[in-house]
Amino acid sequence: MSAHASHAPNRSGLWDYLTTVDHKKIAILYLIAGGIFFLAGGLEALLIRLQLMYPEIELVGAKTFNELITMHGTTMIFLAVMPIIFALMNAIVPLQIGARDVAFPFVNALGFWLFFFGGVLLNTSWFLGGAPDAGWTSYTTLALNQYSGRGVDFYVLGLQIAGLGTLIGGINFLVTIINMRAPGMTFMRMPMFTWTSFITSGLILFAFPAITVGLVLLMFDRLFGGNFFNPDAGGNVVIWEHLFWIFGHPEVYILILPAFGVISEVVSTFSRKRLFGYSSMVFATALIGFLGFMVWAHHMFTTGLGAIANTLFGLATMLIAVPTGIKIFNWLLTMWGGQIRFPTANLFAVGFIPTFTIGGMTGVMLAVPPADYQYHDSYFVVAHFHYVIVGGLVFGLFSGLYYWWPKMFGKMLNETIGKWNFWTFFIGFHLTFFPQHFLGLMGMPRRVFTYLKDQNLDMGNFISTIGAFGMTIGTILFVINVVVAAKSSKRAPADPWDGRSLEWAIPSPPPEYNFVQTPLVRGLDALWVEKMAGNKGMTPAEPIGDIHMPSPSFLPFLMSLGLFVAGYGFIYHNYVVVVIGILATLSCMFTRSVKDDPGYHIHEDELEEKGVKA
Amino acid sequence: MANHHAHAVLPDEPEKATLEGKNKVLGFWLFLGGETVLFGSLFATFIALRDQANGGPTSQALFDMNLVAVATLLLLTSSMTSVMATLALHRKDLKKIQLWLTITVILGLGFLALEIYEFVHYVNEGLKMSTSAFSSAFYTLVGFHGAHVAFGICWITLLQLSATKKGLTVVTAPKFYLACLYWHFIDVVWVFIFTVVYLMGMIGGKVG
Repeated sequence: MSAHASHAPNRSGLWDYLTTVDHKKIAILYLIAGGIFFLAGGLEALLIRLQLMYPEIELVGAKTFNELITMHGTTMIFLAVMPIIFALMNAIVPLQIGARDVAFPFVNALGFWLFFFGGVLLNTSWFLGGAPDAGWTSYTTLALNQYSGRGVDFYVLGLQIAGLGTLIGGINFLVTIINMRAPGMTFMRMPMFTWTSFITSGLILFAFPAITVGLVLLMFDRLFGGNFFNPDAGGNVVIWEHLFWIFGHPEVYILILPAFGVISEVVSTFSRKRLFGYSSMVFATALIGFLGFMVWAHHMFTTGLGAIANTLFGLATMLIAVPTGIKIFNWLLTMWGGQIRFPTANLFAVGFIPTFTIGGMTGVMLAVPPADYQYHDSYFVVAHFHYVIVGGLVFGLFSGLYYWWPKMFGKMLNETIGKWNFWTFFIGFHLTFFPQHFLGLMGMPRRVFTYLKDQNLDMGNFISTIGAFGMTIGTILFVINVVVAAKSSKRAPADPWDGRSLEWAIPSPPPEYNFVQTPLVRGLDALWVEKMAGNKGMTPAEPIGDIHMPSPSFLPFLMSLGLFVAGYGFIYHNYVVVVIGILATLSCMFTRSVKDDPGYHIHEDELEEKGVKA
Repeated sequence: MANHHAHAVLPDEPEKATLEGKNKVLGFWLFLGGETVLFGSLFATFIALRDQANGGPTSQALFDMNLVAVATLLLLTSSMTSVMATLALHRKDLKKIQLWLTITVILGLGFLALEIYEFVHYVNEGLKMSTSAFSSAFYTLVGFHGAHVAFGICWITLLQLSATKKGLTVVTAPKFYLACLYWHFIDVVWVFIFTVVYLMGMIGGKVG
């Protein structure tokens, strides 16, 4: 192996981050980019709520309102919460399975940059003639040229590029979890967060190609005169709905399963008990993943698929309540009799449980097709999915961030600010979305930019907007907390919470090679097993030796930039630009293909922490 | 050739000899799973729109069995030669790999030429992308497959060129293996296109 370089290429600052293939740095990139998009999506939400604060006001007007609701939904789903999930997965999953790296570090970086440039492309639409305005579901024919402006082209191309990044990210995690587990880390000893990341990655793999196809067809219709969704030429608009929801329904499980994983870790750690019903949790996760694919048409009950289809999809949807219920009870029984502590991470986890349960119950209500005809396109639906996605997923993400922040950054988040963050966000959330159930039942449709006075909608909307300010304050407090933590000079210990899984066995933040020696896993909650046996750390599974690392590379950035440029070429029908962009990407692929990456070695004597000689 | 790596003698199944190789093979199988969903969605769209000719040419009026039969023959033969290349890989015989892959690429190019001829012919017959929902679905499904063939040809050629310098190692072996796997996959897709698009399209009448 003498041909290999023996030193890390010396890179620092911005250049380091533009070329990194280290999963922990990619996690930070995902977190920063996703966080910025989260703030953008939140700002859009706030404007939506301000417009609806009083009846018949013209704060932003109808056109901008359509753009705001479209961009709010699209940004939050694709550009904010997905990447923050990927941030946690990147930061934690390799550590939890005792791996030195992910299976494909280069592809990992490529996945991030594709997401990033896709998101930037989509958001530049605000400054280039108007954002997409056909709703985040972009239903045809509304999204075709006759009814929608150039904004939808940005939607189509931005999501396509970002979606490619997500897809390869999913494949990367599947292979990592299957092939890179430390000795003794059997599937049934994997921490729940790794399990849920695994199932989520599988869902990504099978769901995202459907949206890829949907977006291609919409792009062909809009740019090349295709007729897929044009009824005048024999096209069929329901095809878009099917393709969108064959992706879109699994997508909500792609989002919520990692949150379930976070909650499982946090509840177990802060109850100082192993997770109750671990194997049933694994089974429930897999079952939810499977059923997630079987129920997409419950978004289409009113499309006219017929009574039989509606019945079957309604029943299949209700079935999901069973494994989800198993999870809820397992969390409660994990806490039962535990020595519970309530740092902010656990506050969010415990706040999650009743909130998500309410979202689940309204979900079962919506799964009844005849009832759905009443709720359809009303604010009840808006309330339901925000209870699930904000009350479930965003609470889960906050919980995960407070829990793993010390591991990711080596600094503790401030608990006092954290508690203010929790309570303002939690109360603000319920103030915002609880009244929306009733607004919906009283007849307020979704996607309308205003409503009339004295129809009993004034009070609910006013309270809802006040609540939105609460969530805004909560989010700002989180940002303040991050700044305070960054300025603080106090280093986080390796294991601040008396943790149970492998990530707490190594320093915070972990060195670039993660584990000095690959650990030997001897049971579920690997670190806890060693602690109970009276050991100071993990037993190593290999002697100390040189560690092979992949070289950093600028190619993922350039490849994604090529597609970004080509995207503008398509949007503005400038095919010279398209060719330049695609050629740039292809030549990067060519370079990557012919030039082998030997990587470099970190020598034994350079390792920061001396392990046990085995 | 052997100076690149410590393996003076290639191990058995060189494509899976290293963790990187194992990861690549597994990752590629998963990728093909995603591709299956991609083509499945395109097939579903085509089946839904195949009778929507909108007054333009129909599949019955256009399709020509002779042309499609020759194209199918070329592509299925190339699938066999790619399997021969994989077998040669397991015998660690670089010369045979190169030979079989060259034949594969030539057959692939023949297939692609026939497809381009077919598309040009149809456009002259009045079937443009914008003619009908049928035309959009046809060009998209068959064109996506054609693009996969074209990509495969470029990929295999590039591999062959770089392997003349690098030789057969535990680094290049997985690449050959995956390229053959990919080629096999696009042949399987063609079997479905042959059946669903061409055979069903020529029989005519409403099916489903």
